[in-house]
This record gives sequence, C-alpha cells and structure tokens, in this order.
Amino acid sequence: MPREAFERELQRLQDELLTLGNMVEEAITAAVESLRHQDLEAAQRVIDKDREINEQRFAIERDTLILIATQQPMASDLRILAAILEITTELERMGDYAKGIAKICLMIGEEPLIKPLIDIPRMADKARDMLHRALEAFLRQDVDQARAIPTEDDEVDALYQQVYRELMTYIMSDPHNIEQANYLLWAAHNLERTADRVTNICERVIFTVTGEMTELNEDEGRSTSVEGLPA
Amino acid sequence: MRPKIRVDHLSFYYGDKQALFDISMEIRERQITALIGPSGCGKSTFLRCLNRMNDTIPGTRLEGRVLLDGQDVYAPGTDVVDLRRRVGMVFQRPNPFPQSIFDNVAFGPRVLGLCRGRDELEEVVERSLRDVRLWDEVKDNLKQDALSLSLGQQQRLCIARVIAVQPEVILMDEPCSALDPIVTLGIEELMKRLREQYTIVIVTHNMQQAARVSDWTGFFWLGRLVEMGPTGDVFTRPQQKLTEDYITGRAG
Repeated sequence: MPREAFERELQRLQDELLTLGNMVEEAITAAVESLRHQDLEAAQRVIDKDREINEQRFAIERDTLILIATQQPMASDLRILAAILEITTELERMGDYAKGIAKICLMIGEEPLIKPLIDIPRMADKARDMLHRALEAFLRQDVDQARAIPTEDDEVDALYQQVYRELMTYIMSDPHNIEQANYLLWAAHNLERTADRVTNICERVIFTVTGEMTELNEDEGRSTSVEGLPA
Repeated sequence: MRPKIRVDHLSFYYGDKQALFDISMEIRERQITALIGPSGCGKSTFLRCLNRMNDTIPGTRLEGRVLLDGQDVYAPGTDVVDLRRRVGMVFQRPNPFPQSIFDNVAFGPRVLGLCRGRDELEEVVERSLRDVRLWDEVKDNLKQDALSLSLGQQQRLCIARVIAVQPEVILMDEPCSALDPIVTLGIEELMKRLREQYTIVIVTHNMQQAARVSDWTGFFWLGRLVEMGPTGDVFTRPQQKLTEDYITGRAG
C-alpha cells in the first residue's frame, strides 16, 4: 500500500484521540465521585487535570492541521481528520462539564448533602458508557453502533427529569435547601449535556464513513427541556 | 445550466486498440472542468477529441458525438479550422513560435483575417497580453524573441495566443506540469479570471491543482469516465470506490 507514513500518522492521531477520550471519561467519574463523597481534594485534582485535557486537545488539533497541510488528504481521509477536529472539541467541552461538577463540589464544601446522590452518579455512568462506545464506533468506523447510541440519550434525559423533580420537593420542603439543590441541578445538567455531545460524536462517525451530515436526535431541543425550565 | 459541450457515448480507437469507452459528459459554459486520472487513462485523448486534434493521427477512429452548442463537431462539412479557433488549446510545454512576442499573439488573427489593419491588430495583441497579465512585463520589448521569455511567461504567451482569436472554449493539457509552483499558482489565478469569459477544460494529473482550480471534476480510469461531479463533492465524498481509492492515493 502506498502512503504508509500517512496511514501511520492517521493511526497515531486516532490513538491520541482515544487517550483524550479516556482522560475525559475519568474526569467525569472522578468529578461525580468527589461530589458524592464530598472529597474536596479529589475535586481539586479534577480541576487541575482539566489543563492536561486542554493540552491534549491542542496537541491533537495541531498535529491534525499539520497532517492536512502537508499531506493534502482527500475524501474519507479528509473526513476522518475533520471528524477528529470536531470530536476533540466535543471532548474538551465534556472535560469542562466535569470540571464544572468538581467546582460545584468545592462550592458545596463540607456542608452536608441534602440527600444521598443516587441518580446523578447513574447519569454519569450512563454518559460515560455512551461516550466510551461512541469513540469505539469512531475507531471501528461502525455506523450501526453510531446510530444506536443516541437513542440511549432518553435514559439520561429521564434521569435528569427525575433528579429535577426530586430536588424540587427538597426545595419546597425547606427553602434552606435552595442553594444546594440549585448546585446539584447544575451538576445533573452538565451530565445531561455531556450525553447530548456524545450524539454529536456519533454524527461525526456517520459523516466519516458515509459523507452524510445527519442530525441524529432531531428532537434534542425538546428532550433536554424540563417542565418549568426553558429548553 | 446549458452545457457548452455535450459528449454522447464517445468511444475512440487507435487502430485496434480502444482508448475511450462510451463516455458521456456535459461541460458547462464558463466553468472550469478538470479531468483527472493516472497516466494513460485516456484523459488527454478525450480532451483532443473535443476539437478534433486526433484527426491528425493516422489510423484513429471515433464513435459517438461531440456537440458544441448543440452542433456535432464531427458532422460532415464541419470547418475544422473554425472549430479549432472556437475551441483553442494550450499544451504541456509552452510552445511559442520562434518569432517575436508580437508575432506570436498576432499569428492567429492574421491567419484567420480577424483584424482590419495594423491598429486593430495591435489592439488585439495588447488586450490578449493584458488578459494574461503579461502586458506590463513585455510591452517595451514586443519585438523580442518569444523564446527568450521565462517558461511561465512563455506559457502565458501561449494562452494569450489562444485568446487572441476569441475562442469560446480553452482546452488545457497539463498546462503547468513544466512550471514551478509559484508560476503554477499564477496560471491557476489566470484560469479563474478567464473563466468569466471562457469555458475551460483542463487535464491534469495534479489532483491538488484540480481541487484548487476547477468547478467540476471528472475521473478517468482505463479509458472510462468513472465519476463526474462538482469538485467539492468529488474530493470530499466521491460516489465511487475507485475514485476514493485514487484520490486518497490507494490506487493508480
């Protein structure tokens, strides 16, 4: 096969993307665990590590641009590189969401949680699992898997609504809960957005393989809305 | 958009050897159409069918039709000289005549009797040289031997020579393959300007050039037209696997 050097570099970039994905997956779990156990040191570590995520993202972006400039990729090669740029951006934003959750942990501090966290860690597990499989689908160029994953976003949305309703009952029962309930709702919101961004990654997988640009969750705007909150 | 040239089921033979197989294509007016493909795929042969340049090669045979503004250029009674005025050609290596710069550009209008008097001829020469952005470089040395110009200047001179006879279509067969990258970019810019007035068909094995310069791209393989479409589509999401393999460097 010709273009061995190009193929090697393309493979390396995909490996680097996977590394970035792993960093983000770990950040999501670590952020939610720090919140659940009110582990302020762990939360601070998540915040510090976000810088590494950003650096990894810039490194991939830089190398991708160099490959485009020096090798003039065409067709599916070009689509893969465009997708890598897009996916690194999505991952970096997911990293920011995790950092946001860690910051919430610090803001709540040592004040006792108004309730044990059950559904928020479930949301995190689900979002992380979806992300992991979406990146697998990208590396394997698996269109079927890319189409299937976004349908699971409904589960995350359902958990989000459950968290919302539950926190409302805490607020109504005691106005002193308002501040913390608001923080926890933001943590849940970040996880809900994380899962939405997994859908964007899946769209890029389909684009990479077929060249089609499709919207996989066209009702995303509706499904992320919560009664009483703007969509 | 009305096609300037329509090719219907064109097949071409060098003796017993078939070089082109049943090619149909529309070439849009005032657009740049690039033909790409590996060496020997038939793209130059195809280009030369469009203004009957292959007529001069003994033992060749053609089937199908080439319609220029709806008129079959292979119909009996076609004035081939007039056809080649309307459909001009620029070649791989600049091929100025061993004459002065002025006489090179004036050659076509003189032979075809397009100008009345010296003044009109001078106007045509100046306009043609201006159109290819060569005028400022040579206006004080029009009597200089054309062969003393740099290669890039010679190629622009050859393009000026073509447009001096007011063609409608310009065929370019690897017009930049003898030129350095900067001069090449200059010729490409020139093509984009000429496109406002002329229909251009360019054969190139430089895919990046096809991608940079053309509106439409056709991919030839073993004498067949595999795929033709808007350049942006062909280079980002080709419809045929063979096109994909070729433009990503995995075939050919």
